[in-house]
Amino acid sequence: MAKTESGREIPDKFAAQYGTYAGEFVNIKDYQRAAANVHPVKPHDSKLLSSIHEAIVATGLKDGMTISFHHHFREGDYVMNMVMAEIAKMGIKNLSIAPSSISNVHAPLIDYIKQGVITNITSSGLRDKLGAAISEGIMANPVIIRSHGGRARAIASGDIHIDVAFLGAPSSDEYGNINGTKGKATCGSLGYAKIDAKYADKVVAITDSLVPYPNTPISIPQTDVDYVVQVDEIGDPNGIAKGATRFTKDPKELLIAQYASKVITGSQYFKPGFSFQTGTGGASLAVSRYLREAMLDQDVHASFALGGITNAMVELLEEGLVDKLIDVQDFDHPSAVSLANNEQHYEIDAEMYASPLSKGSMINQLDVAILSALEVDTHFNVNVLTGSDGVIRGASGGHSDTAAACKMSMIIAPLVRGRIPTVVSDVNTIVTPGASVDVVVTELGIAVNPKRQDLIEMFKDLNVPQFTIEELRDKAYAITGTPDKIEYGDQVVALVEYRDGTIIDAVHNV
Amino acid sequence: MQIKHAASAGTLESSDITITLKPADNGVTIALDSSVEKQFGRQIKAQIEAALKALDITAVAVEATDKGALDCTIKARTIAAAYRAADVQDYDWEEINSWIN
Amino acid sequence: MDQLRRTMMFVPGANAAMLRDCTLYGADAIMFDLEDAVSMKEKDTARILVYSALKTFDYSSVETVVRINALDAGGAQDVEAVVLGGVNVVRLPKTETAQDIKDVDAVITKVEAKYGIPAGRTHMMAAIESAEGVLNAREIAQASDRMIGIALGAEDYLTSQKTYRHEDGAELSFARNYILHAAREAGIAAIDTVYTDINNEEGLIRETSLIKQLGFDGKSVINPRQIPTIHKIFAPTQKQITKAREIVAGLKEAEAKGAGVVAVKGQMVDKPVVERAQYILALAKASGLEVD
Repeated sequence: MAKTESGREIPDKFAAQYGTYAGEFVNIKDYQRAAANVHPVKPHDSKLLSSIHEAIVATGLKDGMTISFHHHFREGDYVMNMVMAEIAKMGIKNLSIAPSSISNVHAPLIDYIKQGVITNITSSGLRDKLGAAISEGIMANPVIIRSHGGRARAIASGDIHIDVAFLGAPSSDEYGNINGTKGKATCGSLGYAKIDAKYADKVVAITDSLVPYPNTPISIPQTDVDYVVQVDEIGDPNGIAKGATRFTKDPKELLIAQYASKVITGSQYFKPGFSFQTGTGGASLAVSRYLREAMLDQDVHASFALGGITNAMVELLEEGLVDKLIDVQDFDHPSAVSLANNEQHYEIDAEMYASPLSKGSMINQLDVAILSALEVDTHFNVNVLTGSDGVIRGASGGHSDTAAACKMSMIIAPLVRGRIPTVVSDVNTIVTPGASVDVVVTELGIAVNPKRQDLIEMFKDLNVPQFTIEELRDKAYAITGTPDKIEYGDQVVALVEYRDGTIIDAVHNV
Repeated sequence: MQIKHAASAGTLESSDITITLKPADNGVTIALDSSVEKQFGRQIKAQIEAALKALDITAVAVEATDKGALDCTIKARTIAAAYRAADVQDYDWEEINSWIN
Repeated sequence: MDQLRRTMMFVPGANAAMLRDCTLYGADAIMFDLEDAVSMKEKDTARILVYSALKTFDYSSVETVVRINALDAGGAQDVEAVVLGGVNVVRLPKTETAQDIKDVDAVITKVEAKYGIPAGRTHMMAAIESAEGVLNAREIAQASDRMIGIALGAEDYLTSQKTYRHEDGAELSFARNYILHAAREAGIAAIDTVYTDINNEEGLIRETSLIKQLGFDGKSVINPRQIPTIHKIFAPTQKQITKAREIVAGLKEAEAKGAGVVAVKGQMVDKPVVERAQYILALAKASGLEVD
């Protein structure tokens, strides 16, 4: 067993293959950028094919190859299930799939794993039934969990070589110019798909809205696309916004949001031209509401807001409180509409958003990030992947990326959920190392990471109850009791890759 | 206390637990279904057992459906189910107060 | 110094999830309800649950109140459970006469004696919800040494008056003023009724401003979201704080000199004014305003 810098044990064979986490920026080194194999398209060639079956044949997809998908349709995605059904029917086996993430709607993958169609998975996360099945140990090879920035890095560095990318396209012309802002199922930004298009050997655009040439704006250009297939439906527009909540009325979430807002406005980062990123949970959205009040009161405008974009951010843009939205993914319809109509709302790809191996990603310019947690421990390590029962049910997302890069990372979470403590002695699974986490905000008050003495000094007169992280843990345990340790099996079912490509934790079967 | 017939207390709401007590010939059996089983199943059963012991109930079949209840709720639901199952309306507060914390 | 009672938050006694979290939102008092919020067939489970919560959780940051059932409807068991649990205040609903209070007082006295609890530790308050109750408010307010406050329950009261809630609150003006006078005569707190439309912040602001103007100590609340709004209205002005500071400084000076009379800028200050000043500073502190 090898040990990571955070003390987690990684089986030797994986440690040898990937390396083990040794610190936030230790493994950021020069590298040769990977490139796609290109099959040129000549004048008079047509890219339009009549079915997914034809496209699979045309790409030359074979046993053992790697295919990818994007998750911009979230719970409304039809593409991955549609393509996998056809692949299974054609008898292709031993595929590696590399979707940018996996949603509840992708439970059919369980059957393809059992049939041997899929033998490797890399994803930001796993949900619901698939997560439970993986945690039971249905795959021989562990799933590789990668952050959004880590996936972009893995693709750019060649760790993931995509043979064929099947990309759902809200609108496309016959020659493969794609955007996410027009069509029947608009998802807005195609930030994660853009990387796949750039680096995959073969790219298939699957659309339900074939438009006259040339389709503009061009989010993914014809120069990256091999084939175009028209189908009846690529996704359910209602599913795209599913799970992203409206402003919460839950008083506990509001209290957490209020404290978080006080932390931000009480910091030196809150000044004209500051930048921030929030998540899509109830408390996170509420932070932007309180922040809005403070921005109005103190006449402080932000230069940009980053990341997954929601209507709450769009409203700040339209009010003039935020100068620009930098958008890698949209979580609701109004955000997609704004991307189409507002030139201050700008689409970027995952590499520019968060890759640690690009020539500088946008998160490096970010002041404040508001992040969530299933668990955070007394070393400030954060788990956003495994539930309190040890089962994989979450996603790495941009968590470790933004936490590492921004100037002040804040974890906002209730101290206790039902009987489950959020602040614990040791998280089940480390996704983001404590070195990246600056402030933990709960409904009882906050804890600042002792390595940030500057923040402790900055907040000494802040009107928010302050504790050590151990005190917050003790308060949580006083309510719930000390949790028993989960008993895991011997099989590694998932490896959590840190954004730099090393392994930061291994998830075992339960 | 004597379990005369099956009785329940509690709800299936979050942070609550439903405790059902049924007559048994001898011994205490607990069938627990909990959303926090892996981390707290042992402690939940221990709370129920302790409450039954304090109430001097030695033969009962317990069915518990837990949605993340805290210890004080588990105790309260167990006591309420026991008094219902024993057909006793007036609680012996002095006795309960002697052991509950 | 007076206990702050700007907000008294209702928590249904049968709701396990709220019992712990209710202290988070800054209410001055928490009122666990065993009466109307609990169905007839769950009186037993709610009673033991509230008792268990009182024994377990740290409620030291708030004043705990339990609304009991009428004595002939399980109220006697309620009293035994919650007094044993260590509640600060027993609240009797639908109080009509001074005798109602005396009857509950007697039960509390018996329970305190039975368990060796210091006599008089448990306080009482009366909720007045009928015309008879309003007209008997003076006697009710003075019916027991345990009494710390009277609360107006408007819903039942207005039904008995053959009217309903209006925006300007004219229908409640007599009851509010009369109850307030009764409370002040007895030297106890007056708590206004709930504002039930939780999504109407403007209405809450209007009503709270009115009852603060009349002189009420605070208001009952049914949702934590109402608490900051009410507290903001009850926050003293900077002018009030400055004046209160001068008076309290005068008091300290007088105490240091051993003088029996408090003077500020050469003017003698009466005891009620000094007490009021101390209350203003407590209010300022609770409102998060600078006091020193």
